[in-house]
Amino acid sequence: MTAMATSLRPDTGSRKGAAVTFDGAAVRLRGRTIWSDVSLTVAEAAFVAVLGPNGAGKSTLIKAILGLLPLAAGTASVLGRQPGVAKGRIGYLPQRHGFDSGTRIRGVDLVQLGLDGTRWGIPLPGSPSRKRDAARVAEVIELVGATTYARRPIGELSGGEQQRLLIAQALVRRPRLLLLDEPLDSLDLPNQAAVAALVRRICEEEQVAVLLVAHDINPIIGYLDRVIYLAGGGAIEGAPEEVITSETLSRLYGAPIEVLHASDSRLVVVGQPEAPFVHGDRHA
Amino acid sequence: MFAHEFMRNALIAGSFVGLACGLVGYFVVLRAQVFAGDALSHVAFTGGLAAAVLGLNILAGVFAATILGGIVMGLLGDKARADDVTIGSLFAWTLGLGVLFLTIFTTQDSAGNGTAGVRVLFGSIFGLSAADVRTSVVLAVLACAILLAIARPLLFASLDNAVAAAQGVPVRVLGLGFLALLGLVAAQATQAVGALLLLGLLAAPAGAAHRLTANPYRGLLLSALFSVGSIWIGLTLSYAFPTLPPSSMIIAAAVGIYLLALATTIPRARAVWPRPANANVAA
Ligand SMILES: Nc1ncnc2c1ncn2[C@@H]1O[C@H](COP(=O)(O)OP(=O)(O)OP(=O)(O)O)[C@@H](O)[C@H]1O
Ligand SMILES: [Mg+2]
Repeated sequence: MTAMATSLRPDTGSRKGAAVTFDGAAVRLRGRTIWSDVSLTVAEAAFVAVLGPNGAGKSTLIKAILGLLPLAAGTASVLGRQPGVAKGRIGYLPQRHGFDSGTRIRGVDLVQLGLDGTRWGIPLPGSPSRKRDAARVAEVIELVGATTYARRPIGELSGGEQQRLLIAQALVRRPRLLLLDEPLDSLDLPNQAAVAALVRRICEEEQVAVLLVAHDINPIIGYLDRVIYLAGGGAIEGAPEEVITSETLSRLYGAPIEVLHASDSRLVVVGQPEAPFVHGDRHA
Repeated sequence: MFAHEFMRNALIAGSFVGLACGLVGYFVVLRAQVFAGDALSHVAFTGGLAAAVLGLNILAGVFAATILGGIVMGLLGDKARADDVTIGSLFAWTLGLGVLFLTIFTTQDSAGNGTAGVRVLFGSIFGLSAADVRTSVVLAVLACAILLAIARPLLFASLDNAVAAAQGVPVRVLGLGFLALLGLVAAQATQAVGALLLLGLLAAPAGAAHRLTANPYRGLLLSALFSVGSIWIGLTLSYAFPTLPPSSMIIAAAVGIYLLALATTIPRARAVWPRPANANVAA
């Protein structure tokens, strides 16, 4: 079966202002093609969810955007440059983070490292730059609503509290692009919605494009601009109501998929092939 | 006690060695590499005895072996964070080699001084010459300067390897460099407290600092202070009571500080925990 990637809005006409553009891109890891022929555009200050089953290559997509993995084919542009060039303007939250409970470093210090962690030496107390940095750190911590626990050791915080501080860390440099790999992972449903609302607000207030990897679209669908759906070795990009349809997903998976609309307007995707099927499919 | 040259030498060299141990130790604890420090102490033992067998300077042997050991551990271990299996294998193999050298050395040199093994194992801080002190101070200052220069990115990489790497921190080089630096400092600590006890000087003051503050820069400072303090307390005790060996007194002081830190932080934790339970019962 051929891998496919279709942008449902083939030409947005605004490539110049795009945060991320992939054109016919493919990634190969240890001789295995994870996905291929992927073309997509993430507009500036857009909130985009990256969806798909386990092993579809969502984290791989994020790493390719970061320039941590090379493309085997196609071209990519990230903030107008090659991937990996604009490091300082990208905020990144890796998948399944979580600190050891014995980590006795405060949340504020973690956020501060997002700002100055690449500089050599140690910060000198009382210097003007240190004061400016501290003000910015306090500002982002306030933005994510973590002020009450930011001075506690990070290892003693709950998964959701750690997640908010990590989002603050990713935001502290005022990035143009935010890559969040499953930030809703360890959160309960109200917190998933709260973080999604927070990301939406950040997206608008700080004018930053966000790629958020998630497993369930429902808690976040109301906040999204676009969706990238990865499956079957390919990807589809478009508005949520265009992508999450029986026809589009069936084409992507190469198997019958049904999208049901529950009465509360929630989407239920049924008939997703089990992971082994998807894996076998990709080996071909 | 400052009237004696051996004591002055011990205090000067010990202070700088303690400073280096405290700073490096803070990261050893943060990066959960205490086991790596332990392995390096065995490498130090073997290196010292290998040098003794070959008729070379024992201290030079210790330095060469531990720095090399740190680099090898970094190269073998995945992602420059030496893993337990790698370290465990390296550690058993070198210790075996050390025992071999000890046997060769004692049979070869049965008439002469059989003290090389003892010196490497337990340190020789009261036997330092003026030249030894100079070397110690220069190397310790070098180690501290390097550590402070890389402290911030190393802290970033230790807490958050993937994010640091994505931001452009050279995490592999830093991890490897840190293990080499740990080797250098372990060799210095071997001189002060010996291979058997150096782990105490690396881990205990740093452990106390981690307990007492969650601010990393304050933690670094505290760790260095505790480590230097342990050396002073240990040397003073050993001077006052000549039957007490300096190495065990230094470690006793370090462990004492750690226990004090535990004692002052545990009641706080206890006060937080049972209270809600009691309140529920009362209500
Ligand atoms: N370093 C690697 N070497 C070889 N294969 C890899 C490597 N990393 C990931 N893969 C493979 O690439 C595929 C995609 O992995 P990826 O982590 O991108 O999936 P994902 O969509 O993020 O999955 P999940 O939902 O579980 O996070 C998987 O089949 C995985 O086995
Ligand atoms: Mg993933």
